[in-house]
Amino acid sequence: MSAFDSEMKTEIVETDILVIGGGTGGPMAAIKAKEKNPGLKVVLMEKANVKRSGAVSMGMDGLNNAVIPGYATPEQYVKEITVANDGIVHQKAVMAYATGSYPMIQYLDSIGVKFEKDGSGEYNVRKVHHMGTYVLPMPEGHHVKKALYRQLRKHQVLVTNRYMATRLLTGTDGRIAGAIGVNTRTGEFLVIRAKAVVLACGAAGRLGLPASGYLFGTYENPANCGDGYAMAYHAGAGLANLECYQINPLIKDYNGPACAYVTGPFGGYTANNKGERFIECDYWSGQMMKEFYGELLSGNGPVFLNMTHLAEETISEIETILHSNERPSRGRFHENRGTNYREKMVEMHISEIGFCSGHSASGVWVDENARTTVPGLYAAGDMASVPHNYMLGAFVNGGIAGEDAADYCASTDLPAYDAADIAREQARVMAPTRRDDGLTPFEMEYKARRLVNDYLQPPKVTAKYKIGQARLAEVRDDLSALCVKDPHELMRALELQSILDCADMAAAASLYRTESRWGLYHWRVDHPATDNENWFCHTLLYKDEMGRMAHKKRAVDPYVVEIDEDEMGAYHQLRTPAIAAE
Amino acid sequence: MPFANHTTSVPVTVDDDKCIAEKGCRVCIDVCPLDVLAINPASGKAHMKYDECWYCMPCEVDCPTGAVKVEIPYLLR
Repeated sequence: MSAFDSEMKTEIVETDILVIGGGTGGPMAAIKAKEKNPGLKVVLMEKANVKRSGAVSMGMDGLNNAVIPGYATPEQYVKEITVANDGIVHQKAVMAYATGSYPMIQYLDSIGVKFEKDGSGEYNVRKVHHMGTYVLPMPEGHHVKKALYRQLRKHQVLVTNRYMATRLLTGTDGRIAGAIGVNTRTGEFLVIRAKAVVLACGAAGRLGLPASGYLFGTYENPANCGDGYAMAYHAGAGLANLECYQINPLIKDYNGPACAYVTGPFGGYTANNKGERFIECDYWSGQMMKEFYGELLSGNGPVFLNMTHLAEETISEIETILHSNERPSRGRFHENRGTNYREKMVEMHISEIGFCSGHSASGVWVDENARTTVPGLYAAGDMASVPHNYMLGAFVNGGIAGEDAADYCASTDLPAYDAADIAREQARVMAPTRRDDGLTPFEMEYKARRLVNDYLQPPKVTAKYKIGQARLAEVRDDLSALCVKDPHELMRALELQSILDCADMAAAASLYRTESRWGLYHWRVDHPATDNENWFCHTLLYKDEMGRMAHKKRAVDPYVVEIDEDEMGAYHQLRTPAIAAE
Repeated sequence: MPFANHTTSVPVTVDDDKCIAEKGCRVCIDVCPLDVLAINPASGKAHMKYDECWYCMPCEVDCPTGAVKVEIPYLLR
């Protein structure tokens, strides 16, 4: 077709470290690698533009997991996250995050990110979690990306905007060797050879279809469509606990957070149609989502965020925070519907499914050094397996990845690679450009995501999952008819393939774990009980030598923070006593 | 298999009188995380080329002349 040259342009660049993803964790990985060793060459590849890419393109309204001396200790935090995830956590990685949390807040403060402080300059930390106190508001948090961008420039990180990484390059000796990218405006290829690669591509947030039917009306930035999970999988990395989905309580249709984390400390709460509280704690855990789901389906639904009882000055303050950070179009959405927090409760709903360790516990397996199971390959942020990461986790773990990668580079050289791998990948990428007619990325994506809703949304029923797998396989067969007319559509066609990979992984991982765990996230109707005897373990999904999707169990490492038996159940009793007694 | 032309209303609109694309400005096009804005060949001004919007607002907030307006997509409104 005319938009593409028949001769493909391919540039090959060499670097020490390649970071893929310029949102939150990626820039921090690049910055910390350069701080560790300014002599290293660091390239940051971004599908959009680093200035405004990723989940926090418009900033953030607060830290949800700040471990600040005087309010919480790393040990308390590790305990809370272990309990909130039914014990299946790699505690060393959670501890690495927790101990890095406060130094990272101080670093962010020093580069111009603003946090709420009291009159004496101390951080104003609030309580939202069931047990500890970890929420630090950022009423002026809309400058996060600008502060990061200044540091990228200062440290001379090389940025390539509008290049979508499509596959990782594996060296002939099994080490990671770089990545292949395609320009989303010209279709030109860029091959980057690297000693180490940090994946920071965000969540798989375009997996299910939003109830509105609008493909891009997702909770996550829709650019975060699962590219990182797909690339890690095809490079042979293990992915952990993917059956622990992300499902969020959101503003209905708008699909953005209602923000009980922001409003809770001011007195806002989640209510049923009678205006009653039905959960004790608004922190997003699988059990909380199960209570939410149950209330929606009962005669007490819908579910709302209630602020009608709050004082005028409190509501104005909430409006200022919620309508100027993270998702600023929210005010416009409410205005269209005549929703004033003073008079009307905000209608909520649950989101479609996705993968995201930001609020859940799944992702590309990483240890406490952010290393994946492939030598030289790191992962950080929403796509890596450190649970309940949020934005601060992306920063801390991105920093850990960057520093460890810098050390790794010192003792390694550029791996040799097979040129045939690049030719094969270019043929795969360009296939939809070689057809004059066929199916569009739009309709194939719509169908794949609609099937995800129909068959994979919890409660998980084995018979439905098997049908879902068969129907998704039919969509995969249809890739042979996928057709695009310009580089923009080619990007969507490639994203569709990431989405299909993630849908297959979601289904396979869910069928593998034959028990129920994490509340709504992994509610197997055919296996309703939690089975600690057989399933108190991580699951790892990986591509085997034959190219098939395979699974194995990974034991939970001995805890670094012991948990008492009676504490482990804290997140299982979230229903308010009055409602539970009915 | 022939294609149909599917028409939708777009959530992002640009005021041509305020847009200074002819002076080389590409701010809204640069910052869009989904790359859905482009120069309209007919007018030489920025416009929404693809209806694939996250209503995230960098295009509106970063525009130096206040030419860009983001509305919630109709399906969600």
